Amino acid sequence: MTTLLYALLVMVALALLLGAILGYASVRFKVDADPLVDKIDDILPQTQCGQCGHPGCRPYAEAIASGDEDINKCPPGGEDGIRKLAELLGVDFKPFDAGAAQPKPKAVALIDEATCIGCTLCIQACPVDAILGSAKQMHTIIASECTGCELCLPPCPVDCIRMIPHGTDLTNWKWRYPTIPIKAVKP
Amino acid sequence: MSRLYDFHGGIHPPQHKDAATGSPIQALPLPPLLHIALAQSVGNAARPTVAVGQHVRKGETLAEPDGRLSAAVHAPTSGTITAIGPHPFAHPSGLPVDTLTLQPDGLDEWQPRQPLDWQQADGTALRKHLQAMGVVGLGGAAFPTHLKLAAGQLATLVVNGAECEPFISCDDLLMRERATSIVDGIRIAAHALQAGEVLIGIEDNKPQAIAAMQAACAGTAYRVVSIPTKYPSGGAKQLIRILTGIEVPHGTRATDLGVQCLNVGTLYAIARAVLHGEPLLSRIVTVTGAVTRAANYEVAIGTPLAWLLQQAGISDPGTDVIMGGPMMGITLPDLAAGLPKAGNCLIAKSAALFPPRPAEQACIRCGDCASACPAELQPMDLFWFAKSRQFGKAQERHLFDCIECGACSYVCPSQIPLVDYYRFAKSEIWTAERDKKNATLARQRHEFRQFRIERDKSEKAARIAARAAEQAAKLATQAATPVAASTAAASGMDDAKKAAIAAALARAAAQKEAKPLSEQHTSGLDDAKQAAIQAAMARAAARKAAAEAAKAGDAANPDRAATATPAQTGMDDAKRAAIEAAMARAAARKAAAQSAQADNTAAANPDSAATATTSQTGIDDAKRAAIEAAMARAAARKAAAAEAKKDAAP
Repeated sequence: MTTLLYALLVMVALALLLGAILGYASVRFKVDADPLVDKIDDILPQTQCGQCGHPGCRPYAEAIASGDEDINKCPPGGEDGIRKLAELLGVDFKPFDAGAAQPKPKAVALIDEATCIGCTLCIQACPVDAILGSAKQMHTIIASECTGCELCLPPCPVDCIRMIPHGTDLTNWKWRYPTIPIKAVKP
Repeated sequence: MSRLYDFHGGIHPPQHKDAATGSPIQALPLPPLLHIALAQSVGNAARPTVAVGQHVRKGETLAEPDGRLSAAVHAPTSGTITAIGPHPFAHPSGLPVDTLTLQPDGLDEWQPRQPLDWQQADGTALRKHLQAMGVVGLGGAAFPTHLKLAAGQLATLVVNGAECEPFISCDDLLMRERATSIVDGIRIAAHALQAGEVLIGIEDNKPQAIAAMQAACAGTAYRVVSIPTKYPSGGAKQLIRILTGIEVPHGTRATDLGVQCLNVGTLYAIARAVLHGEPLLSRIVTVTGAVTRAANYEVAIGTPLAWLLQQAGISDPGTDVIMGGPMMGITLPDLAAGLPKAGNCLIAKSAALFPPRPAEQACIRCGDCASACPAELQPMDLFWFAKSRQFGKAQERHLFDCIECGACSYVCPSQIPLVDYYRFAKSEIWTAERDKKNATLARQRHEFRQFRIERDKSEKAARIAARAAEQAAKLATQAATPVAASTAAASGMDDAKKAAIAAALARAAAQKEAKPLSEQHTSGLDDAKQAAIQAAMARAAARKAAAEAAKAGDAANPDRAATATPAQTGMDDAKRAAIEAAMARAAARKAAAQSAQADNTAAANPDSAATATTSQTGIDDAKRAAIEAAMARAAARKAAAAEAKKDAAP
């Protein structure tokens, strides 16, 4: 009988001790933010374009993490982005919806400076502060900061902003996947 | 004689060097035009300092280095700059790059040359001189030489005369004929690097070069070492291994281990630049393969490659031409390109020399590539991961230690173009890294913008609160005036001072209030306000549209509506036309988008109408009139559409 009692006491003591350690650890090493959101946010292209229906990349990442939103809502990320999200979240790859926005080649905005009236509306719309200018002064895009989100296009009252697709130059040229070259055979 | 070491792997491809080594270095006449690309080294392209139409003398600087990792570009002969702009470039992409086109005047007139007293000059001055002289590595990588000489206190300077790749013999001929100058260059480099020991590695298939270098080095401490012929012994890491036994580990530079490696061609260029003040204007190029006069030519930088091949007697101008060697070189997409500083060899392909590669077959995992790999990688694994686009795993297996020497492709029994896969994987990884960097930057800017908007909001709230507090304090002091003297004395505060502070605060508040709204907008307008403005504009437009519809039956006609607006008479005609056109476009686009919005916003807060009008004071009157006209037109059209809909509905 005493043996049983001792055993019980030891088990209870152990349970209390381990419980205390766990409880301390959960307070001491508490992770404040959801690390999953950061991981998803890392994959997203940070154009902040809102094409997913969320006001920026991070809100979309939060929506994905909470399971409220699909992973195929980010056209700038491309199919590659969906693949990475699928891999991270352990879900199946899902192509873009047929009716939804499709990926486009990367582009930067360009303001036609002769037409610009200096209304500052595009400056307020730009999510990454890539437009320079002030009231009644000509505005211009800082091309290296522009993410190509197209958010500056709708507010412009004189339609002076165009999207210029990125060209290929020596800095961003890529070796292609090795394929067997096809040569025209003369008849 | 110290012992030699061996590096892992390596191959023994057929040499094919005899064709071009039979004759001495050949001089060429000046070509009709020179196409000097601005991107002659790794790093940024140089910035042109000349204008089209400008006459330049030989050796004059055409473009200045842009940043540390860049070297200057000079005029290889005297003549006139006829164009600056995109021109084909010797690069596998075939993309045009900014190029200076120089039309030689045939005089070859030098500008005054300024040699550098290198024994007195310190390292910085020497490096500056070399950067200004445009000296870059001539072994093929075109790494700016001034950066390679930045290391100091080295144990060993390795001079690379191995020239291991088949067909190429430019370094061989240079060593045979200009060994003294090369040794001068070694002296300067060894002085700059404070090198303890100088080892000159030359493959034993170049006995004449070895003899010439030994003769030139007589009486110095420099040791000429004959090394066994094995490809790729001319790779910097491989040559360092052979001569010193040091293996450069992953992620480490040779200079960290006290060794620097310089090519003989580069050392010759250093000697010319320092002792004679001559910039890098020409180089020795091996022209071989399917040409009748295969030889080493001394060619001005920028010489069109097609012209050069013609001089060497190319048999079929349509044939593919390789720049560099057959192992690591690139097939040139366009022979109109000018010779770059890195171009050491041109090989015109022929079916006899380069039989077509049989079709690629499946990897049988024989491991031959691993035995041949001089970087001691597992090429079959890298191939597997590159092919299946698992770039992370390829990187884990040290893809970036691959020197793309092509030994694995050479030995592959399945004829897999392994290096092509590695190049593909490397550029994909670089692109992904660049995108990642851009995304991080965009995220930071976005987060800062949100922070800034929040900060502006809270600052504004604080200002308002402060003003309110101040008002309350004023009221309190007014109420307590009878006992003011005693309180002031008690608190230790001087009356006059207090009054001055209060006055200043009042002034500041007044100023803030007087600040025009439009100015506040630029410093950050919150969304609610923006929406309100839009709503107000839409309402105003709708009102005007109604008025105009009553006035003119044909309000939908935009031309008439626009000309009818009297406010526009003060505006410059051309500008007005442009703005009108833009307006019409914008209005047409917006009409559809805002038609739904307008109905909702019509019921919006009437207060915001005032805000809208104030905000518009920022735009001058004429322009505002134009905007209003456009809005009116859009609204009129919308109204018409709505009416049509209404008609159709019942």
